[in-house]
Amino acid sequence: MTTSPLLNDDAPTTAGQRKKRGTGKPRKDKAVGLHILLAIASLYFLLPMWWLFVAGTKSTQGLFTGTGGPLWFDQNFALFDNIGQLMTYNNGIYLKWLGNSFLYATAGGIGATLLAVLAGYAFAKYRFRGRTVSFMILLASVMVPATALVIPTYVLFNNLGLTNTIWAVILPSLLSPFGVYLMRVYVQDAIPDELLDAARVDGSGEFRTFLTIALPLMRPAVVTVMLLSVVGGWNNYFLPLAMISDPTLLPVTVGLNAWQVQSNSATASSLVWHLVTSGALVSVIPLIIAFLMLQKYWQGGLSLGSLK
Amino acid sequence: MSATTPLRNPSPATAAAKRGTTLEQKHARYGWVFLAPFAIVFLVFLVLPLAYAFWMSLHTNTLAAGEQFAGLANYVTAFNDQRFLSGMGRVAAFAVVFVPLQIGLALIFALILDDVRSRLSRFSRLLIFAPYAIPGVIGALMWGFLYSPSFGPLVTFFEFLQMQAPDMLSRDSIFWSLTNIVTWQWTGYYMIIIYASLQSIDPSIYEAARIDGASKLQTALQVKVPIVASSLVLVVVFSLIGTLQFFTEPQVLAPLAGNAIDAAYTPNLYAYNLAFSYQQFNYASAISFALGLLVFLASIIFLIATRKQSGLR
Repeated sequence: MTTSPLLNDDAPTTAGQRKKRGTGKPRKDKAVGLHILLAIASLYFLLPMWWLFVAGTKSTQGLFTGTGGPLWFDQNFALFDNIGQLMTYNNGIYLKWLGNSFLYATAGGIGATLLAVLAGYAFAKYRFRGRTVSFMILLASVMVPATALVIPTYVLFNNLGLTNTIWAVILPSLLSPFGVYLMRVYVQDAIPDELLDAARVDGSGEFRTFLTIALPLMRPAVVTVMLLSVVGGWNNYFLPLAMISDPTLLPVTVGLNAWQVQSNSATASSLVWHLVTSGALVSVIPLIIAFLMLQKYWQGGLSLGSLK
Repeated sequence: MSATTPLRNPSPATAAAKRGTTLEQKHARYGWVFLAPFAIVFLVFLVLPLAYAFWMSLHTNTLAAGEQFAGLANYVTAFNDQRFLSGMGRVAAFAVVFVPLQIGLALIFALILDDVRSRLSRFSRLLIFAPYAIPGVIGALMWGFLYSPSFGPLVTFFEFLQMQAPDMLSRDSIFWSLTNIVTWQWTGYYMIIIYASLQSIDPSIYEAARIDGASKLQTALQVKVPIVASSLVLVVVFSLIGTLQFFTEPQVLAPLAGNAIDAAYTPNLYAYNLAFSYQQFNYASAISFALGLLVFLASIIFLIATRKQSGLR
């Protein structure tokens, strides 16, 4: 806990202990080999992202016949021109897509997290009737592929006139059985029963106990589940693809793919390859920044998922 | 004294236990209060659609006769439908390739990163994980460009070697092109899960292994891997579920890959096209439901087979 934050790239509890591990001489040679391996792997994982970064700065012309080849900048640096066109093409529909993605991801993600927090707490801390059976059903439902639900949900929503509305994407995103499971695992260990009992003895009601005592202790798990749900919502493709046909309600994933399809089968006037690449570049930046900033949480939090 | 203490001692304990149970009984019903919002969403967006899909799959809908009960006819059609069966075969083949490849690489990277501590290893960890933050659609679009003969670096690269560049989007190579995309996208996520659970191992165990004369590799394989077995089971299940419902990458690459990816390339793609291009919602439901059931059964069988490793009973 007291290690300097500069060194502290790992979970705080292990960072201190780990440094003590011996470093013998033979280790060094091996580490060179391992480092080369890591460098090659890093290059592979970096390559498409580097390509996207470079491609985002090119015009459609530059994408085909750029002077620097596919992996280097063209002499015509068109990034700002591309961004300008992104903002205005089709009455700035790209900005609408970004806004929709943001809305679907945050509304769905925050809602799903809220439900998961309450349900996980219930499973971990109350011995209500039917708990064991309900939890087994929950575990089984983690194995149900989300895509199997899209078509029937579409037909149901269609009957209610809800397709082509924001609700068609947000409401099904509230379902996160895995989030509930993560919460239960975390609450089980992190909040002792005695603490809650003590609060009850002091006359605190169940909701107040939850809000003032349990919830603050659940923060790391809340951040993890929220991060996973928001990313899941931002990346969602099948659901909005099925539910939304109004171009102004699409999320950025479906919209960009529509541009790709358009460019692929289009006449010269509607070629928007440069908007596909720069649009993709702009849309991944917020997530990359969020992940870099929240590193501490997802690195520790993801291990929560291990079966216990 | 000595005779009374054992008699007297238990009484406060039982009183406490009793108070515990009454407290619990009194508060137990709040469990349902906290669970209710999720339970409603679960019923409406999971149980209801599944039941409705099953109901639809048992019916046919024609213009002439309307909605009619058809028993298992849609399933009989599906399991005699060459397009559905070849799609199923394809995702099974993908699962055989993807799961070991992704999990194997994820485990190797996690073990290396757990062992090597340097600026490069920290940086690699971020880079390997980064594709997870990129939506599947955009990942597929990027690789589509990279594979493309008109935009991609492959042509330049092979021209440099004075060789003919392979067509990554042809019928022969599309399987491996898709394998590459999915591996790139998901390995980092699985790696981080395994890495996080490696990090939570108490290091004194390694000390013991070292004193016993175990090499680094032996420690990794015989000490670390068994301890993180439950995480491995988890990521295998994730990877399996994801692979069997393969959709986004083939759907995005289809327009670029021309005839290499048809409308029934994977069962999910087939169900989507049946529903939204041909309005065959009943048949699509049968396929969705059959696929869902198979995914479910495959995961359960895997979990039962590995219950010793996962600690799940």
